[in-house]
Amino acid sequence: MSSNGEPIIEVVDLVRKFGDRAVIDDISFNVHRGETLVIMGGSGCGKSTLLRHMIGSMKPTSGSVKIFGEDVTTMDEREIGRVRRRFGMLFQSGALLASLTVGENVALPLFQHTDKSANEIEQVVRQKLEMVGLTGFENLKPAEISGGMKKRVGLARALALDPELLFSDEPTSGLDPIMTAVVDQLTLKLTHGSHMTAVVVSHDMTSAFRIATRMIMLGHGSIVAQGTPEEIRTSINPEVQQFINGEADGPIPLNLSQDEHEHHQHVKPRPFVNARFRFHHKTP
Amino acid sequence: MVFIGVRAAPMVALTAFSVGVTLAMQAAHSLQQLGAEIYVPDLVMVTLLREMGPVLIAVIVIGRSGSAVAAELGTMKVSEEIEALEVMAINPVQYLVVPRFLAMLVMLPALTIMGNYIGVFGGWAVCTLALDFNTAGYVLRALQSADTWDLYSGMIKSAVFAWIVITIACNAGLHVEGGAEGVGQATTASVVQALLAMLVTNAVLTGIFFFGA
Repeated sequence: MSSNGEPIIEVVDLVRKFGDRAVIDDISFNVHRGETLVIMGGSGCGKSTLLRHMIGSMKPTSGSVKIFGEDVTTMDEREIGRVRRRFGMLFQSGALLASLTVGENVALPLFQHTDKSANEIEQVVRQKLEMVGLTGFENLKPAEISGGMKKRVGLARALALDPELLFSDEPTSGLDPIMTAVVDQLTLKLTHGSHMTAVVVSHDMTSAFRIATRMIMLGHGSIVAQGTPEEIRTSINPEVQQFINGEADGPIPLNLSQDEHEHHQHVKPRPFVNARFRFHHKTP
Repeated sequence: MVFIGVRAAPMVALTAFSVGVTLAMQAAHSLQQLGAEIYVPDLVMVTLLREMGPVLIAVIVIGRSGSAVAAELGTMKVSEEIEALEVMAINPVQYLVVPRFLAMLVMLPALTIMGNYIGVFGGWAVCTLALDFNTAGYVLRALQSADTWDLYSGMIKSAVFAWIVITIACNAGLHVEGGAEGVGQATTASVVQALLAMLVTNAVLTGIFFFGA
Protein backbone atom coordinates (compact mmCIF):
# COMPACT_ATOMS: atom_id res chain seq x y z
CA MET A 1 0.00 0.00 0.00
CA SER A 2 1.31 3.38 -0.89
CA SER A 3 0.98 6.20 1.57
CA ASN A 4 -0.75 9.47 0.86
CA GLY A 5 2.43 10.99 -0.48
CA GLU A 6 3.20 8.42 -3.14
CA PRO A 7 1.50 8.74 -6.46
CA ILE A 8 -1.00 6.01 -7.40
CA ILE A 9 -0.56 6.77 -11.07
CA GLU A 10 2.61 8.11 -12.66
CA VAL A 11 2.47 8.95 -16.34
CA VAL A 12 5.92 9.80 -17.63
CA ASP A 13 6.73 11.23 -21.07
CA LEU A 14 3.91 9.25 -22.66
CA VAL A 15 3.87 9.31 -26.46
CA ARG A 16 1.54 7.34 -28.69
CA LYS A 17 1.71 7.68 -32.44
CA PHE A 18 -0.66 6.33 -35.05
CA GLY A 19 1.43 6.46 -38.18
CA ASP A 20 3.16 9.83 -38.07
CA ARG A 21 0.57 11.57 -35.98
CA ALA A 22 1.09 11.75 -32.24
CA VAL A 23 -2.29 11.29 -30.58
CA ILE A 24 -0.57 11.57 -27.24
CA ASP A 25 2.37 13.87 -27.44
CA ASP A 26 4.65 13.73 -24.42
CA ILE A 27 2.26 13.80 -21.49
CA SER A 28 3.42 13.52 -17.88
CA PHE A 29 1.39 13.79 -14.68
CA ASN A 30 0.87 12.09 -11.33
CA VAL A 31 -2.27 11.18 -9.43
CA HIS A 32 -2.11 10.80 -5.65
CA ARG A 33 -4.24 8.75 -3.31
CA GLY A 34 -7.63 10.27 -2.62
CA GLU A 35 -7.47 12.65 -5.53
CA THR A 36 -10.13 12.96 -8.17
CA LEU A 37 -8.51 13.91 -11.42
CA VAL A 38 -10.80 15.06 -14.19
CA ILE A 39 -9.39 14.87 -17.69
CA MET A 40 -11.24 17.07 -20.13
CA GLY A 41 -10.84 18.22 -23.68
CA GLY A 42 -12.65 18.23 -26.98
CA SER A 43 -13.49 15.20 -29.09
CA GLY A 44 -10.41 13.64 -30.62
CA CYS A 45 -7.98 15.32 -28.23
CA GLY A 46 -6.61 12.00 -27.03
CA LYS A 47 -8.59 11.61 -23.79
CA SER A 48 -9.82 8.11 -24.50
CA THR A 49 -6.45 7.01 -25.85
CA LEU A 50 -4.80 8.30 -22.70
CA LEU A 51 -7.30 6.40 -20.58
CA ARG A 52 -6.68 3.20 -22.54
CA HIS A 53 -2.97 3.51 -21.85
CA MET A 54 -3.61 3.91 -18.16
CA ILE A 55 -5.68 0.72 -17.97
CA GLY A 56 -3.04 -1.17 -19.92
CA SER A 57 -5.13 -1.99 -22.98
CA MET A 58 -2.94 0.08 -25.31
CA LYS A 59 0.84 0.16 -25.45
CA PRO A 60 2.59 3.51 -25.87
CA THR A 61 5.13 4.34 -28.55
CA SER A 62 7.40 5.56 -25.77
CA GLY A 63 7.16 6.60 -22.13
CA SER A 64 5.65 4.74 -19.22
CA VAL A 65 2.54 4.50 -17.09
CA LYS A 66 2.93 3.25 -13.53
CA ILE A 67 -0.12 2.17 -11.58
CA PHE A 68 0.46 1.43 -7.88
CA GLY A 69 4.16 1.79 -8.65
CA GLU A 70 4.20 -0.89 -11.36
CA ASP A 71 4.79 -0.12 -15.01
CA VAL A 72 1.78 -1.45 -16.93
CA THR A 73 3.30 -0.68 -20.31
CA THR A 74 5.88 -3.46 -20.08
CA MET A 75 3.76 -6.10 -18.37
CA ASP A 76 2.38 -9.27 -19.88
CA GLU A 77 -1.33 -10.05 -19.65
CA ARG A 78 -1.08 -12.00 -16.41
CA GLU A 79 0.77 -9.26 -14.56
CA ILE A 80 -1.63 -6.62 -15.85
CA GLY A 81 -4.45 -8.82 -14.58
CA ARG A 82 -3.01 -8.60 -11.08
CA VAL A 83 -2.97 -4.79 -11.25
CA ARG A 84 -6.42 -4.62 -12.84
CA ARG A 85 -7.96 -6.51 -9.95
CA ARG A 86 -7.17 -3.47 -7.83
CA PHE A 87 -8.97 -0.92 -9.97
CA GLY A 88 -12.42 -0.56 -11.47
CA MET A 89 -13.35 0.90 -14.81
CA LEU A 90 -16.61 2.40 -15.94
CA PHE A 91 -16.98 2.41 -19.70
CA GLN A 92 -18.78 5.11 -21.59
CA SER A 93 -21.55 2.76 -22.71
CA GLY A 94 -21.47 0.69 -19.54
CA ALA A 95 -20.10 -2.27 -21.52
CA LEU A 96 -22.36 -4.74 -19.73
CA LEU A 97 -22.36 -8.32 -20.95
CA ALA A 98 -25.62 -8.56 -22.85
CA SER A 99 -26.04 -12.26 -22.18
CA LEU A 100 -26.01 -11.83 -18.40
CA THR A 101 -28.56 -10.15 -16.16
CA VAL A 102 -27.81 -6.92 -14.34
CA GLY A 103 -27.12 -8.83 -11.14
CA GLU A 104 -24.84 -11.33 -12.87
CA ASN A 105 -22.90 -8.50 -14.46
CA VAL A 106 -22.20 -6.93 -11.09
CA ALA A 107 -21.43 -10.35 -9.62
CA LEU A 108 -19.01 -11.31 -12.39
CA PRO A 109 -15.80 -9.83 -10.91
CA LEU A 110 -16.78 -11.20 -7.49
CA PHE A 111 -17.24 -14.72 -8.86
CA GLN A 112 -14.00 -14.52 -10.80
CA HIS A 113 -11.71 -12.95 -8.23
CA THR A 114 -13.02 -13.73 -4.75
CA ASP A 115 -13.88 -16.86 -2.77
CA LYS A 116 -17.14 -15.40 -1.56
CA SER A 117 -20.13 -17.74 -1.37
CA ALA A 118 -23.12 -17.21 -3.64
CA ASN A 119 -25.07 -15.71 -0.72
CA GLU A 120 -22.37 -13.22 0.14
CA ILE A 121 -22.04 -12.23 -3.50
CA GLU A 122 -25.77 -11.70 -3.73
CA GLN A 123 -25.57 -9.35 -0.76
CA VAL A 124 -22.69 -7.37 -2.24
CA VAL A 125 -24.54 -7.11 -5.56
CA ARG A 126 -27.65 -5.82 -3.83
CA GLN A 127 -25.63 -3.29 -1.86
CA LYS A 128 -23.73 -2.02 -4.95
CA LEU A 129 -26.92 -1.69 -6.96
CA GLU A 130 -28.51 0.20 -4.08
CA MET A 131 -25.57 2.61 -4.13
CA VAL A 132 -26.36 3.56 -7.72
CA GLY A 133 -30.11 3.69 -7.11
CA LEU A 134 -31.06 0.49 -8.90
CA THR A 135 -32.48 -1.69 -6.13
CA GLY A 136 -34.51 -4.58 -7.50
CA PHE A 137 -33.11 -4.51 -11.02
CA GLU A 138 -31.00 -7.66 -10.54
CA ASN A 139 -32.96 -9.91 -12.85
CA LEU A 140 -33.36 -7.65 -15.86
CA LYS A 141 -31.19 -8.01 -18.94
CA PRO A 142 -29.11 -5.00 -20.07
CA ALA A 143 -31.33 -4.74 -23.17
CA GLU A 144 -34.33 -4.08 -20.94
CA ILE A 145 -32.94 -1.01 -19.19
CA SER A 146 -32.11 2.49 -20.41
CA GLY A 147 -28.66 3.77 -21.38
CA GLY A 148 -28.31 5.78 -18.18
CA MET A 149 -29.24 2.74 -16.11
CA LYS A 150 -26.68 0.63 -17.95
CA LYS A 151 -24.07 3.15 -17.05
CA ARG A 152 -25.05 3.02 -13.40
CA VAL A 153 -24.91 -0.78 -13.48
CA GLY A 154 -21.47 -0.42 -15.07
CA LEU A 155 -20.50 1.78 -12.12
CA ALA A 156 -21.85 -0.78 -9.65
CA ARG A 157 -19.80 -3.44 -11.42
CA ALA A 158 -16.68 -1.27 -11.41
CA LEU A 159 -17.13 -0.84 -7.64
CA ALA A 160 -17.91 -4.49 -6.94
CA LEU A 161 -14.42 -5.32 -5.72
CA ASP A 162 -14.12 -2.09 -3.68
CA PRO A 163 -11.28 -0.82 -5.86
CA GLU A 164 -8.59 1.55 -4.67
CA LEU A 165 -8.75 3.33 -7.99
CA LEU A 166 -11.66 4.03 -10.32
CA PHE A 167 -11.43 5.04 -13.96
CA SER A 168 -14.57 6.50 -15.49
CA ASP A 169 -15.09 7.34 -19.12
CA GLU A 170 -17.77 10.03 -19.23
CA PRO A 171 -19.65 8.74 -16.19
CA THR A 172 -22.43 11.31 -16.39
CA SER A 173 -23.10 11.72 -20.10
CA GLY A 174 -26.61 10.50 -20.84
CA LEU A 175 -27.73 10.80 -17.23
CA ASP A 176 -30.42 13.21 -16.13
CA PRO A 177 -29.28 16.06 -13.84
CA ILE A 178 -30.52 14.34 -10.70
CA MET A 179 -28.80 11.07 -11.53
CA THR A 180 -25.66 13.03 -12.43
CA ALA A 181 -25.70 14.53 -8.96
CA VAL A 182 -26.21 11.09 -7.41
CA VAL A 183 -23.25 9.64 -9.31
CA ASP A 184 -21.11 12.65 -8.43
CA GLN A 185 -21.99 12.37 -4.76
CA LEU A 186 -21.16 8.70 -4.86
CA THR A 187 -17.75 9.47 -6.32
CA LEU A 188 -17.18 12.14 -3.68
CA LYS A 189 -18.26 9.82 -0.89
CA LEU A 190 -15.91 7.09 -2.08
CA THR A 191 -12.93 9.36 -2.57
CA HIS A 192 -13.41 11.17 0.75
CA GLY A 193 -14.66 8.31 2.88
CA SER A 194 -12.80 5.30 1.49
CA HIS A 195 -9.76 7.11 0.12
CA MET A 196 -10.50 5.85 -3.33
CA THR A 197 -8.69 7.59 -6.14
CA ALA A 198 -10.65 8.51 -9.24
CA VAL A 199 -9.68 9.40 -12.77
CA VAL A 200 -12.63 10.74 -14.69
CA VAL A 201 -12.78 11.64 -18.34
CA SER A 202 -15.60 14.10 -18.77
CA HIS A 203 -17.22 16.74 -20.92
CA ASP A 204 -19.74 17.64 -18.30
CA MET A 205 -18.35 20.82 -16.74
CA THR A 206 -20.91 21.06 -13.93
CA SER A 207 -20.10 17.56 -12.81
CA ALA A 208 -16.37 18.03 -13.38
CA PHE A 209 -16.15 21.08 -11.11
CA ARG A 210 -18.27 19.31 -8.51
CA ILE A 211 -16.02 16.28 -8.11
CA ALA A 212 -12.54 17.30 -9.23
CA THR A 213 -9.68 17.95 -6.85
CA ARG A 214 -7.45 18.47 -9.85
CA MET A 215 -8.12 18.95 -13.54
CA ILE A 216 -6.17 18.41 -16.70
CA MET A 217 -7.24 19.83 -20.01
CA LEU A 218 -5.94 18.12 -23.11
CA GLY A 219 -5.68 19.54 -26.58
CA HIS A 220 -4.01 17.98 -29.59
CA GLY A 221 -2.37 15.28 -27.53
CA SER A 222 -0.72 17.46 -24.91
CA ILE A 223 -1.69 19.13 -21.68
CA VAL A 224 -3.08 22.61 -22.28
CA ALA A 225 -3.67 23.40 -18.65
CA GLN A 226 -3.75 21.71 -15.29
CA GLY A 227 -4.51 22.70 -11.75
CA THR A 228 -7.16 22.79 -9.08
CA PRO A 229 -10.73 23.53 -10.19
CA GLU A 230 -10.27 27.07 -8.92
CA GLU A 231 -7.10 27.55 -10.94
CA ILE A 232 -8.81 26.19 -14.03
CA ARG A 233 -11.86 28.36 -13.51
CA THR A 234 -9.73 31.47 -13.21
CA SER A 235 -7.24 30.45 -15.87
CA ILE A 236 -6.33 33.17 -18.30
CA ASN A 237 -5.73 30.60 -21.03
CA PRO A 238 -8.36 31.43 -23.68
CA GLU A 239 -8.66 27.78 -24.77
CA VAL A 240 -9.56 26.76 -21.22
CA GLN A 241 -12.08 29.55 -20.88
CA GLN A 242 -13.67 28.65 -24.17
CA PHE A 243 -13.96 25.01 -23.16
CA ILE A 244 -15.30 25.42 -19.64
CA ASN A 245 -17.78 28.06 -20.72
CA GLY A 246 -18.82 26.12 -23.80
CA GLU A 247 -18.41 28.90 -26.34
CA ALA A 248 -18.52 28.25 -30.06
CA ASP A 249 -16.04 31.00 -30.89
CA GLY A 250 -12.53 30.91 -29.59
CA PRO A 251 -9.02 29.67 -30.11
CA ILE A 252 -9.91 25.97 -30.23
CA PRO A 253 -10.11 24.93 -33.87
CA LEU A 254 -13.56 23.69 -34.81
CA ASN A 255 -12.40 21.06 -37.19
CA LEU A 256 -10.06 18.16 -37.19
CA SER A 257 -8.03 17.82 -40.34
CA GLN A 258 -9.21 15.25 -42.84
CA ASP A 259 -6.69 12.57 -41.94
CA GLU A 260 -7.32 12.95 -38.23
CA HIS A 261 -10.96 12.54 -38.92
CA GLU A 262 -10.31 9.40 -40.92
CA HIS A 263 -8.21 7.99 -38.19
CA HIS A 264 -11.02 8.27 -35.73
CA GLN A 265 -13.72 6.97 -38.00
CA HIS A 266 -11.76 4.13 -39.61
CA VAL A 267 -12.97 5.05 -43.08
CA LYS A 268 -11.13 5.20 -46.33
CA PRO A 269 -9.65 8.52 -47.38
CA ARG A 270 -11.91 10.64 -49.51
CA PRO A 271 -10.78 13.70 -51.39
CA PHE A 272 -11.99 16.66 -49.42
CA VAL A 273 -14.09 19.17 -51.19
CA ASN A 274 -13.53 22.49 -49.59
CA ALA A 275 -10.16 23.31 -48.12
CA ARG A 276 -11.41 26.30 -46.17
CA PHE A 277 -14.41 24.87 -44.42
CA ARG A 278 -13.68 21.41 -43.23
CA PHE A 279 -16.22 20.97 -40.51
CA HIS A 280 -16.01 17.90 -38.39
CA HIS A 281 -19.09 15.84 -39.00
CA LYS A 282 -19.86 12.18 -38.76
CA THR A 283 -19.70 10.23 -41.97
CA PRO A 284 -23.13 8.91 -42.85
CA MET B 1 -23.89 -22.98 -24.65
CA VAL B 2 -24.44 -26.61 -25.51
CA PHE B 3 -27.63 -25.44 -27.18
CA ILE B 4 -25.29 -24.73 -30.09
CA GLY B 5 -25.84 -28.40 -30.79
CA VAL B 6 -29.23 -29.31 -29.43
CA ARG B 7 -31.19 -26.71 -31.36
CA ALA B 8 -29.44 -27.71 -34.56
CA ALA B 9 -30.70 -31.27 -34.21
CA PRO B 10 -33.98 -31.01 -36.16
CA MET B 11 -32.25 -29.34 -39.07
CA VAL B 12 -29.49 -31.93 -39.04
CA ALA B 13 -32.09 -34.69 -38.95
CA LEU B 14 -33.97 -33.38 -41.95
CA THR B 15 -30.80 -32.86 -43.96
CA ALA B 16 -29.43 -36.28 -43.11
CA PHE B 17 -32.70 -37.96 -43.98
CA SER B 18 -32.87 -36.22 -47.36
CA VAL B 19 -29.30 -37.13 -48.08
CA GLY B 20 -29.89 -40.77 -47.17
CA VAL B 21 -32.94 -40.91 -49.42
CA THR B 22 -31.15 -39.17 -52.29
CA LEU B 23 -28.10 -41.36 -52.01
CA ALA B 24 -30.23 -44.49 -52.05
CA MET B 25 -32.25 -43.33 -55.06
CA GLN B 26 -29.21 -42.38 -57.09
CA ALA B 27 -27.38 -45.54 -56.09
CA ALA B 28 -30.40 -47.64 -56.96
CA HIS B 29 -30.71 -45.97 -60.35
CA SER B 30 -27.08 -46.58 -61.29
CA LEU B 31 -26.72 -50.00 -59.75
CA GLN B 32 -29.95 -51.28 -61.29
CA GLN B 33 -28.38 -51.01 -64.71
CA LEU B 34 -25.70 -53.43 -63.55
CA GLY B 35 -28.21 -55.61 -61.78
CA ALA B 36 -26.49 -54.83 -58.51
CA GLU B 37 -29.20 -53.21 -56.38
CA ILE B 38 -28.05 -55.46 -53.62
CA TYR B 39 -25.17 -53.03 -53.05
CA VAL B 40 -27.37 -49.97 -52.41
CA PRO B 41 -27.14 -50.29 -48.61
CA ASP B 42 -23.36 -50.61 -48.82
CA LEU B 43 -23.08 -47.46 -50.80
CA VAL B 44 -25.41 -45.46 -48.58
CA MET B 45 -23.70 -46.65 -45.44
CA VAL B 46 -20.11 -46.14 -46.50
CA THR B 47 -20.71 -42.79 -48.18
CA LEU B 48 -22.56 -41.48 -45.18
CA LEU B 49 -20.12 -42.62 -42.55
CA ARG B 50 -16.99 -41.62 -44.39
CA GLU B 51 -17.93 -38.44 -46.25
CA MET B 52 -21.45 -37.11 -46.44
CA GLY B 53 -22.18 -37.37 -42.73
CA PRO B 54 -19.24 -35.38 -41.37
CA VAL B 55 -19.13 -32.90 -44.27
CA LEU B 56 -22.81 -32.06 -44.50
CA ILE B 57 -23.31 -31.78 -40.78
CA ALA B 58 -20.24 -29.54 -40.63
CA VAL B 59 -21.76 -27.36 -43.37
CA ILE B 60 -24.92 -26.95 -41.33
CA VAL B 61 -23.04 -26.21 -38.16
CA ILE B 62 -20.82 -23.66 -39.94
CA GLY B 63 -23.86 -21.88 -41.33
CA ARG B 64 -25.77 -22.02 -38.12
CA SER B 65 -23.46 -22.01 -35.14
CA GLY B 66 -20.14 -20.85 -36.58
CA SER B 67 -21.72 -17.69 -37.93
CA ALA B 68 -23.64 -17.17 -34.70
CA VAL B 69 -20.46 -17.41 -32.63
CA ALA B 70 -18.60 -15.00 -34.93
CA ALA B 71 -21.46 -12.51 -34.82
CA GLU B 72 -21.92 -12.82 -31.07
CA LEU B 73 -18.25 -12.33 -30.22
CA GLY B 74 -17.99 -9.59 -32.85
CA THR B 75 -20.89 -7.70 -31.30
CA MET B 76 -19.30 -8.07 -27.89
CA LYS B 77 -16.07 -6.71 -29.32
CA VAL B 78 -17.64 -3.59 -30.83
CA SER B 79 -19.74 -2.87 -27.75
CA GLU B 80 -16.58 -2.84 -25.57
CA GLU B 81 -17.68 -5.98 -23.72
CA ILE B 82 -14.45 -7.81 -24.52
CA GLU B 83 -12.40 -4.87 -23.35
CA ALA B 84 -14.51 -4.67 -20.20
CA LEU B 85 -13.73 -8.33 -19.47
CA GLU B 86 -10.04 -7.68 -19.94
CA VAL B 87 -10.13 -4.68 -17.64
CA MET B 88 -11.91 -6.80 -15.03
CA ALA B 89 -8.87 -9.10 -15.33
CA ILE B 90 -11.02 -11.80 -16.87
CA ASN B 91 -9.34 -13.50 -19.80
CA PRO B 92 -11.86 -13.30 -22.67
CA VAL B 93 -10.42 -16.43 -24.25
CA GLN B 94 -10.95 -18.42 -21.10
CA TYR B 95 -14.31 -16.93 -20.37
CA LEU B 96 -15.81 -16.85 -23.87
CA VAL B 97 -13.85 -19.05 -26.24
CA VAL B 98 -13.14 -22.13 -24.13
CA PRO B 99 -16.78 -23.02 -23.41
CA ARG B 100 -17.74 -22.52 -27.06
CA PHE B 101 -14.77 -24.58 -28.14
CA LEU B 102 -15.75 -27.45 -25.87
CA ALA B 103 -19.41 -27.24 -26.88
CA MET B 104 -18.46 -27.45 -30.53
CA LEU B 105 -15.99 -30.27 -29.98
CA VAL B 106 -18.70 -32.33 -28.29
CA MET B 107 -21.69 -31.34 -30.35
CA LEU B 108 -20.40 -31.62 -33.90
CA PRO B 109 -19.37 -35.28 -33.60
CA ALA B 110 -22.57 -35.99 -31.66
CA LEU B 111 -24.67 -34.40 -34.38
CA THR B 112 -22.71 -36.37 -36.95
CA ILE B 113 -23.50 -39.67 -35.26
CA MET B 114 -27.14 -38.70 -35.13
CA GLY B 115 -27.03 -37.63 -38.78
CA ASN B 116 -25.48 -40.94 -39.77
CA TYR B 117 -28.28 -42.90 -38.13
CA ILE B 118 -30.96 -40.81 -39.76
CA GLY B 119 -29.26 -40.95 -43.17
CA VAL B 120 -29.11 -44.72 -43.01
CA PHE B 121 -32.76 -44.66 -42.02
CA GLY B 122 -33.46 -42.59 -45.15
CA GLY B 123 -31.68 -45.21 -47.23
CA TRP B 124 -33.78 -47.86 -45.56
CA ALA B 125 -36.95 -46.03 -46.48
CA VAL B 126 -36.04 -46.09 -50.17
CA CYS B 127 -34.80 -49.69 -50.14
CA THR B 128 -37.83 -51.16 -48.40
CA LEU B 129 -40.48 -49.04 -50.07
CA ALA B 130 -39.14 -48.82 -53.62
CA LEU B 131 -36.72 -51.72 -53.93
CA ASP B 132 -37.19 -55.33 -52.92
CA PHE B 133 -35.45 -55.18 -49.59
CA ASN B 134 -36.82 -56.17 -46.25
CA THR B 135 -35.66 -54.43 -43.13
CA ALA B 136 -33.45 -57.25 -41.92
CA GLY B 137 -31.80 -57.55 -45.32
CA TYR B 138 -31.04 -53.85 -45.46
CA VAL B 139 -29.63 -53.69 -41.97
CA LEU B 140 -27.51 -56.80 -42.51
CA ARG B 141 -26.04 -55.56 -45.77
CA ALA B 142 -25.41 -52.14 -44.35
CA LEU B 143 -23.63 -53.48 -41.29
CA GLN B 144 -21.63 -55.95 -43.33
CA SER B 145 -20.38 -53.33 -45.72
CA ALA B 146 -19.05 -50.93 -43.15
CA ASP B 147 -16.37 -51.66 -40.63
CA THR B 148 -15.70 -49.69 -37.49
CA TRP B 149 -12.92 -47.71 -39.15
CA ASP B 150 -15.49 -46.15 -41.47
CA LEU B 151 -17.29 -44.81 -38.42
CA TYR B 152 -14.15 -43.76 -36.58
CA SER B 153 -12.66 -41.99 -39.58
CA GLY B 154 -15.87 -40.00 -39.89
CA MET B 155 -15.73 -39.14 -36.22
CA ILE B 156 -12.11 -38.03 -36.45
CA LYS B 157 -12.99 -35.84 -39.39
CA SER B 158 -15.89 -34.40 -37.53
CA ALA B 159 -13.73 -33.54 -34.51
CA VAL B 160 -11.15 -31.90 -36.76
CA PHE B 161 -13.92 -29.92 -38.49
CA ALA B 162 -15.22 -28.81 -35.10
CA TRP B 163 -11.79 -27.49 -34.23
CA ILE B 164 -11.48 -25.66 -37.55
CA VAL B 165 -14.96 -24.15 -37.42
CA ILE B 166 -14.82 -22.84 -33.88
CA THR B 167 -11.27 -21.54 -34.21
CA ILE B 168 -12.12 -19.58 -37.33
CA ALA B 169 -15.39 -18.31 -35.89
CA CYS B 170 -13.89 -17.15 -32.59
CA ASN B 171 -10.92 -15.62 -34.29
CA ALA B 172 -13.11 -13.70 -36.72
CA GLY B 173 -15.37 -12.51 -33.92
CA LEU B 174 -12.61 -11.34 -31.61
CA HIS B 175 -10.89 -9.36 -34.35
CA VAL B 176 -13.86 -7.34 -35.53
CA GLU B 177 -13.13 -3.69 -36.21
CA GLY B 178 -15.53 -0.92 -37.04
CA GLY B 179 -19.06 -1.36 -35.74
CA ALA B 180 -22.02 -3.26 -37.10
CA GLU B 181 -20.57 -3.36 -40.60
CA GLY B 182 -17.44 -5.02 -39.28
CA VAL B 183 -19.53 -7.63 -37.48
CA GLY B 184 -21.30 -8.47 -40.74
CA GLN B 185 -18.08 -8.77 -42.65
CA ALA B 186 -16.46 -10.92 -39.98
CA THR B 187 -19.46 -13.23 -39.91
CA THR B 188 -19.43 -13.70 -43.67
CA ALA B 189 -15.67 -14.16 -43.70
CA SER B 190 -15.85 -16.76 -40.97
CA VAL B 191 -18.45 -18.81 -42.87
CA VAL B 192 -16.54 -18.67 -46.15
CA GLN B 193 -13.18 -19.45 -44.57
CA ALA B 194 -14.58 -22.24 -42.43
CA LEU B 195 -16.32 -23.86 -45.42
CA LEU B 196 -13.21 -23.78 -47.58
CA ALA B 197 -10.91 -24.93 -44.82
CA MET B 198 -13.31 -27.72 -43.92
CA LEU B 199 -13.66 -29.00 -47.51
CA VAL B 200 -9.93 -28.91 -48.21
CA THR B 201 -9.20 -30.65 -44.93
CA ASN B 202 -11.80 -33.27 -45.79
CA ALA B 203 -10.06 -34.03 -49.08
CA VAL B 204 -6.71 -34.31 -47.32
CA LEU B 205 -8.10 -36.54 -44.57
CA THR B 206 -9.85 -38.82 -47.06
CA GLY B 207 -6.55 -39.15 -48.88
CA ILE B 208 -4.75 -40.04 -45.67
CA PHE B 209 -7.39 -42.37 -44.25
CA PHE B 210 -8.38 -44.40 -47.28
CA PHE B 211 -5.65 -44.11 -49.83
CA GLY B 212 -2.68 -44.29 -47.55
CA ALA B 213 -1.20 -41.00 -48.69
